[in-house]
Amino acid sequence: MLLQEIVRHLNLNIFTANLNLEVEVTGGYTSDLLSDVIANAQEGNLWITLQVHPNVVAVGKLKDLAGIILVNNRQPEEETRRKAEEENLPLLGTKENAFIISGKLYALLTQKT
Amino acid sequence: MAKNRSDERENGLIQQFSITGGDFYHAGHVSTQIKEILKELGIDPNIVRRAAIAAYEAEMNVVMYAQKGLFTLEVTPQKIHFFVEDEGQGIPDIELAMQEGYSTATPEMREMGFGAGMGLPNIKKNSDIFKITSEVGKGTVLDIIIFINQGKNQ
Ligand SMILES: Nc1ncnc2c1ncn2[C@@H]1O[C@H](COP(=O)(O)OP(=O)(O)O)[C@@H](O)[C@H]1O
Ligand SMILES: [Mg+2]
Repeated sequence: MLLQEIVRHLNLNIFTANLNLEVEVTGGYTSDLLSDVIANAQEGNLWITLQVHPNVVAVGKLKDLAGIILVNNRQPEEETRRKAEEENLPLLGTKENAFIISGKLYALLTQKT
Repeated sequence: MAKNRSDERENGLIQQFSITGGDFYHAGHVSTQIKEILKELGIDPNIVRRAAIAAYEAEMNVVMYAQKGLFTLEVTPQKIHFFVEDEGQGIPDIELAMQEGYSTATPEMREMGFGAGMGLPNIKKNSDIFKITSEVGKGTVLDIIIFINQGKNQ
């Protein structure tokens, strides 16, 4: 499913302006431990986390992730937002917690069409 | 950069990057650059993925536990070689440091999602040859080799 459809279905905020959301999402990964994400997330995954500091952008880039969803209404640090734009990595947000948004994303990605 | 990547692929390439301890803002920049270089060289994506994990964890350890470091990337047709040398606190017990889950990260670092104690074990897991030496109060040296045409990918 394309990221832009997911953004619409899950009603996600978009922190990064003007980035292409027509990218294919291969799955999701939920974790706040950076070493865990670096080791186990897969290319094209949407990463669900509460971490808002700039290093998340480096991790997202290194893993070729489709984007990052910040949970619990957390706002990205300004550097994080700027870097994400610079690196072309969509930075999204939700008021939901990690459990709820992971469940919704899972349901969306596995629904029969 | 108007360098010819196919020439570099045949003849090899050496590039050095400096890392500043405590600079969490730029942390990850060196490994991101290295991954881009490996990708541009046309190296197998599975190998690039393994190299990126090792590079990131090596870089982050310098940022977290050292004053400064020098990351040397060498690529030959046979292998990717990372040589990471830092000036820092060093590691008193390497066997302990290599254990999964062991970490001396501060509470502030843990809050940022660092300090899972997975860095060194995952460098080892993703490399074909891994050597680590360290001197307390002086620094640490990592020697990491990932084979391009053989090793863990085959
Ligand atoms: N370059 C280094 N200089 C000093 N100590 C280090 C270095 N790299 C690793 N260590 C020590 O080894 C421990 C384990 O490292 P690692 O497996 O990367 O986990 P983490 O970084 O999450 O703590 C660190 O907590 C630290 O005590
Ligand atoms: Mg580490």
